[in-house]
Amino acid sequence: MRHGAPALPASRPPHGALPGALPGAWRRLEHGFDAAFGSPLNPLRHLGALAFMLFWLLAISGIYLYAVIDTSVQGAYASIDQLSRQQWFLGGVLRSLHRYSADAFVLVMLAHLVREWLLGRYSGFRRFSWLTGVPLLGFAFASAIGGFWLNWDQLGQFSALATAELLDWLPVFASPMTRNFLSAASVSDRLFSLFVFVHLGVPLLLVFGLWFHIQRISRAQVFPPRALALGTFATLLVLALWQPVMSHAPADLARVPEVLAYDWLLLAIHPLTYATSAGTVWVLLAAVALLLFALPFVPQRAVPVPIAVVDPANCNGCRRCFADCPYAAVTMVPHPNGRHGREMATIDADLCASCGICVGACPSSTPFRSAAELVTGIDMPSAPIGALREQLRAGLAALQGNRKIVVFGCDRGADVHTLAAPDVAPLSLMCAGALPPSFVEYALRDGASAVLVSGCRREGCEFRLGQQWTEQRLAGKREPYLRASVPRERLAAAWADAGDEGGLRAALGQLRNRLHTLPAGNTALAGATSDE
Amino acid sequence: MNDSKTAVKPSAWLGQALLYALFAALIGVFSSWPPYRHLAADQSLIKLSFSHTGQPVSDCVKPSAEEQAKLPPNMRAPLRCPRERSPIVVEIDIDGTPAFRHVAQPSGLSKDGASSVYQRVQVSAGTHHLAVRMRDDVRSAGFAHVREQDVTLAPAQILVIDFDTASQKIKLQ
Repeated sequence: MRHGAPALPASRPPHGALPGALPGAWRRLEHGFDAAFGSPLNPLRHLGALAFMLFWLLAISGIYLYAVIDTSVQGAYASIDQLSRQQWFLGGVLRSLHRYSADAFVLVMLAHLVREWLLGRYSGFRRFSWLTGVPLLGFAFASAIGGFWLNWDQLGQFSALATAELLDWLPVFASPMTRNFLSAASVSDRLFSLFVFVHLGVPLLLVFGLWFHIQRISRAQVFPPRALALGTFATLLVLALWQPVMSHAPADLARVPEVLAYDWLLLAIHPLTYATSAGTVWVLLAAVALLLFALPFVPQRAVPVPIAVVDPANCNGCRRCFADCPYAAVTMVPHPNGRHGREMATIDADLCASCGICVGACPSSTPFRSAAELVTGIDMPSAPIGALREQLRAGLAALQGNRKIVVFGCDRGADVHTLAAPDVAPLSLMCAGALPPSFVEYALRDGASAVLVSGCRREGCEFRLGQQWTEQRLAGKREPYLRASVPRERLAAAWADAGDEGGLRAALGQLRNRLHTLPAGNTALAGATSDE
Repeated sequence: MNDSKTAVKPSAWLGQALLYALFAALIGVFSSWPPYRHLAADQSLIKLSFSHTGQPVSDCVKPSAEEQAKLPPNMRAPLRCPRERSPIVVEIDIDGTPAFRHVAQPSGLSKDGASSVYQRVQVSAGTHHLAVRMRDDVRSAGFAHVREQDVTLAPAQILVIDFDTASQKIKLQ
């Protein structure tokens, strides 16, 4: 830190246990998508929500298909095939949408997994979400594969038999599953009931698993932004119309299906089984599952940051931290002062991400308070709000020139320390959301000509909601508000990820240019930093 | 406040269209291509599959009067038979060449359940001489169940070798 300001323990945390190249490559990919979609609508930043949307699309199209399918050995094929040929404009399109949504679901789900892995989001307070997400992979593939059997064409026949041969490797069935497919006479309507159970029952398990998966995050995004949802739906609809899904020839257990138009996204496991062996595939699946389950328990290089601490004397039970915590780590309990109806925040150590967003939400985190030592209602022991005020004061005192600028940044976003200059005081917080808006006003009153607030790109916050809350607080749309009397022309925000330092400099340059059009200093607020 | 929000440029619309098209292409292509052929065009498949309970591993014995007397009245049976069943040995020769041999152990903790076998054998399409032998009793040497037959298989045809418990015969279907 320049200018002798007392430094907060700011650091630039590494991305999990991976070398920087892989997370960096993913970031570059996301930034490429940002250029086309803009960060708020970037599909790579909404993979989980997209998967949810695709699941509901699967459910809706599937309910229609279930209503019209004849769930018998003799009738299944004909009922689905007629749907595609005689009612292509509705049933056929829905059938194609159903299949392509399943393909898209698997792609989006795997991309979601890879993203969270690359960005190191699988351990600590995220461990629960990771561990509950792993079984969903199995549920998704099991229900998708089961869907092919219901059609009972040659592809369904091949998949059903290949699955039976794979399952028979496990010593759990008294009689081999494959005996159900020895001849047409072996396949009964009762077996079709099993198919229906797999294709309907496993998705119900998937819904249950998804509910668990998002339990430990608050305000889980279970539907993507409308424009992205419409774009994705339109893409699948066009594909369904362009390339309708059609059945193969009816199943014939006396013959091996010859050439199959194969869905490699959902059924790759069968060719893998025949290219290797059932035992190899089971060992591979077990190894992947073990690896995924073990990943959150691998020791991390990063030193754990102490969790938030509540100070009962300064907590008035306003519930803002409770509302703003992205991981539902804050709950409200009766206040120990015993006053009727008074509450106090309390922290669940297992859920706390140590992001500091609760500190930014606390109305007691205002630097205008008269106490010599600033103590707030909820604070981060590693970066207390009092230290931020001292750092700001020291930074302001050391600034030179007529146009002094304070930059509040985020340890996870673009590095604000690269902006350090005689007329610029950069301060980096653990998350932009940890910045109480009153610090902006305090800086302007205490001599800053302008303030630049920086954080990760929209929808790119390491702690999910920090950028969003900060933007809303500064715009006066979320408590604690930045007061209306603060001159907005002296405030700028730059949402820039790590590596976007060029964009951050450009935003600072624009703010400097704007300052040239404004009176020097800050006559509206200057000299009014007396404690209020 | 300048929040760096900018209007969407035409190039961004084009980028979105391209990325949506790429997504559709990824799904459209790999949901049906490349085609998969499980069996070569000139191949047929022979499947051996049965689930059969072997004979008891030993004969039933009649307990002596002294042995019966030592037992509680409710356990005095006229014959004492073993629960354990014989493992099943099966062999297949195709055109005089051994193609498969397997010993299937009885299932169950007491080895009193059925023995199961499932095996796929790929052969070239055409006529083959098939010899199937099965032994389900450890008390006897040789194979109690034998079937030899010439079979003509069309490409991609599946021939199933099963054991009919009712007739106690190996059947080809």
